[in-house]
Amino acid sequence: MLKELILGNLSLEAIPLDEPIIVAAGVFMAIGMFVVLVGITAFKKWGCIWNEWVCSVDHKKIGIMYLILSGVMLLRGFSDALLMRSQQAIAADTSMGYLPPEHYDQIFTAHGVIMIFFVAMPFMIGLMNIAIPLQIGARDVAYPYLNSLSFWMTFVAAMLVNLSLVVGSFAATGWLAYPPLSGLKFSPGVGVDYYVWALQIGGVGTLLGGINFIATILKMRCPGMTLMKMPIFVWSVLCASILICLAFPILTVSLGLLELDRMMGMHFFTQLHGGNIMMYINLIWAWGHPEVYILILPAFGIFSEVVATFSRKRLFGYTTMVYAIGVITFLSFVVWLHHFFTMGASANVNAFFGIATMIIAIPTGVKVFNWLFTMYRGSIRLDTPMLWVVAFFTTFAIGGMTGVLMALPPVDFHTHNSLFNVAHFHNTIIGGVLFGYFAGFVYWFPKAFGFQLDERLGKISFGFWVSGFYFAFMPLYVLGLQGVMRRLVHYDNVAYQPYFIVAAFGAVLILIGVGFQILQIVYSVKHREKLRDKTGDAWNGRTYEWSISSPPPVYNFAKIPTANRIDEFWYEKEEKDPAHVHPNDTCFEDIHMPKNTSAGFFIAVFSGILGFAMIWQMWLPAIFGLVGVIFTVILRTFNNDTDYYIKADTVKQIELAHYKEMLS
Amino acid sequence: MSQPATLEAHHHDGPGTDVFGFWIYILTDCVLFGSLFATFIVLNYPGAYGPQLKEFIQLPYVLTETFLLLGSNFTFGLAMMTFYKRKMAWSKLFLLLTIILGAGFVLMEINEFYHFVHEGYSWQVSGAASAFYGLVATHGLHVSVGLLWILVMIIQLSVTKNVRLNEKRMIMLGIFWNFLDIVWIFVFTTVYLQGAL
Repeated sequence: MLKELILGNLSLEAIPLDEPIIVAAGVFMAIGMFVVLVGITAFKKWGCIWNEWVCSVDHKKIGIMYLILSGVMLLRGFSDALLMRSQQAIAADTSMGYLPPEHYDQIFTAHGVIMIFFVAMPFMIGLMNIAIPLQIGARDVAYPYLNSLSFWMTFVAAMLVNLSLVVGSFAATGWLAYPPLSGLKFSPGVGVDYYVWALQIGGVGTLLGGINFIATILKMRCPGMTLMKMPIFVWSVLCASILICLAFPILTVSLGLLELDRMMGMHFFTQLHGGNIMMYINLIWAWGHPEVYILILPAFGIFSEVVATFSRKRLFGYTTMVYAIGVITFLSFVVWLHHFFTMGASANVNAFFGIATMIIAIPTGVKVFNWLFTMYRGSIRLDTPMLWVVAFFTTFAIGGMTGVLMALPPVDFHTHNSLFNVAHFHNTIIGGVLFGYFAGFVYWFPKAFGFQLDERLGKISFGFWVSGFYFAFMPLYVLGLQGVMRRLVHYDNVAYQPYFIVAAFGAVLILIGVGFQILQIVYSVKHREKLRDKTGDAWNGRTYEWSISSPPPVYNFAKIPTANRIDEFWYEKEEKDPAHVHPNDTCFEDIHMPKNTSAGFFIAVFSGILGFAMIWQMWLPAIFGLVGVIFTVILRTFNNDTDYYIKADTVKQIELAHYKEMLS
Repeated sequence: MSQPATLEAHHHDGPGTDVFGFWIYILTDCVLFGSLFATFIVLNYPGAYGPQLKEFIQLPYVLTETFLLLGSNFTFGLAMMTFYKRKMAWSKLFLLLTIILGAGFVLMEINEFYHFVHEGYSWQVSGAASAFYGLVATHGLHVSVGLLWILVMIIQLSVTKNVRLNEKRMIMLGIFWNFLDIVWIFVFTTVYLQGAL
């Protein structure tokens, strides 16, 4: 009895020792973890990591941790992609490939979930964290402690997904876990439970992050920076955060009800007993469609920043850009039904959602033309961030056009759930979202780390990524038009095989691109002294993040700037030399800063215990986790020692050091 | 467009920003309840599968429940008023009254659920029943969390000497408690009044 309360359904059989691929992956993860732990111990870095990183409430460090999480999960999600591509390249006609169907189903589910929730989202929030407070001239986000909590919730959720690889199994339902397949009857294992609990925990983290950035942008801007003087990236993040706050609660509800069906025998989405499956699909897409705009809007913001900086010209059509973002934000909430035109809604309903979908192409087109006109007669520098932007223009235009094509319900009936659809959304998410984040990553890397990334390796990686993308996904368009469905573990018609082989070849090219990215980072870290960004203005930038040292001091701005126009920093540079004001001539003040705290970390860890215990129905540990969360939250409110002052003298020393380095 | 944001040196404990963020949280909770209401309306309609909710609802009982919750809102208002007059003892007393009334509401709801289940309307009988429990219990859970918060607030009024900090917390707690009342009004009309028709 007691054993059941503690261990629930968990037993040693949950570890799939008979599947060589999983065992190998598990051993690989364990070795990796072990090496990291030994390394930290050997270099005596535990104190440093705990104090400087785990407990940190500094938005720049939290941003870096988000980027690391995203990078590690990218490798995991990408290896899933390689498995799928190689399986499909082999499994034609008599050959069954090397992956059993049950495992293959888990792989495409994990691929989708990881890439959206634990690669794209952390990548985006990481870049937001690094850039937003600096761009609006603030010293931190509105709620630094909440920011730390957000990160650790996302981290714990990602770890739950990784754990499912070794202990138990992951959902085999596709990335949105449609019922009835995800119901208890057809998915009796723990896979869907892992899916639900990981996304619930991660979802809370994202939601809190959204609240945090709305408050930061609306309440913490420097004097003079009215809404219409904000950099476009700030606008795009504001709109993405609003979307997060409006959409993520819907995800919480839909997953929560699904889990109630599974755990409590309820009938929200079961086939019999008056449940309604389409209710789930409506709810999940009412979150899911805004979600893709949550991802793409900040990418649009990054493109706007990069295009203006590397064309050395003010962004063309600032106001129309803002309105375009606003219109997209609104429209993203009225198109969700285009994900299931085949549901059987009436022709009028489908027509409404089809037309609404096509209308989104208008504000998006406005943005593309604004970027092109910004480049027109600019003095363009084709550094790596700009290369990603140029690749984005063509790639995203193709993805957008196939999207408008499928917005026609009659066409959609033919392409629904086909590889054409798969090619379309990879076309927009890789060609739009990921290229944008890569541009942002290279662009802000010197700001976050203090040295630039090696350009040569970056360009090689870019070449492999972009060509690999076209090789991997253009064949899928062709296959999709021929009627090949998505998620096939095997197909009979050998005529399809050449296309799948080309797609697998594309995936290999991308793999080489990823390899060069890793090499680029390693190489740049090794040669960081040579690549050092002394001025703090690595790209001759236009916005406030470039007005301070790289990496910025913990307080960001010794003096809060005053913004009188768009790109104030750029015009100030034109009017006077940045080295003009000597720190000795400036009067510094004590700066008020939030203290580090471990509360966010502990709340997240207890949430993780709660989630894991609920997955395996281990009731005592579940209670322990829940009480731990509540107790830590309450305890934190009794801690009044939450801030401190940096003395004016210390500020002066730091500013002097930067001044000297700038002149050297 | 909006005024430029004012930035004080001590911007991290600005009560304005924290309360503003709390309003955004309330907005997200609105969306959460909105989704649950939508689910309820879709799944529970006259003639839906299984026993009908109508046969189990006792309006006078629910009305009593409603008055308990509304009453707790009134006592919270008194607690807020006495807090502003810095009569902490009175404020704590009214908070305690709020807890008693709120706990009465939660207990009555649990009792109602208990009877529903025994009379054959458990959450497992149909999609409509699931939607009923899903919506009403989520509200009840919110009220329970609110009760715990009020309890912590009473302790904080005694322990924390920082009046500005306590004021900020009281404001946010007040927003939360009022919000739960408003949601209940919608639950009362949509679930109970319309359900009894």
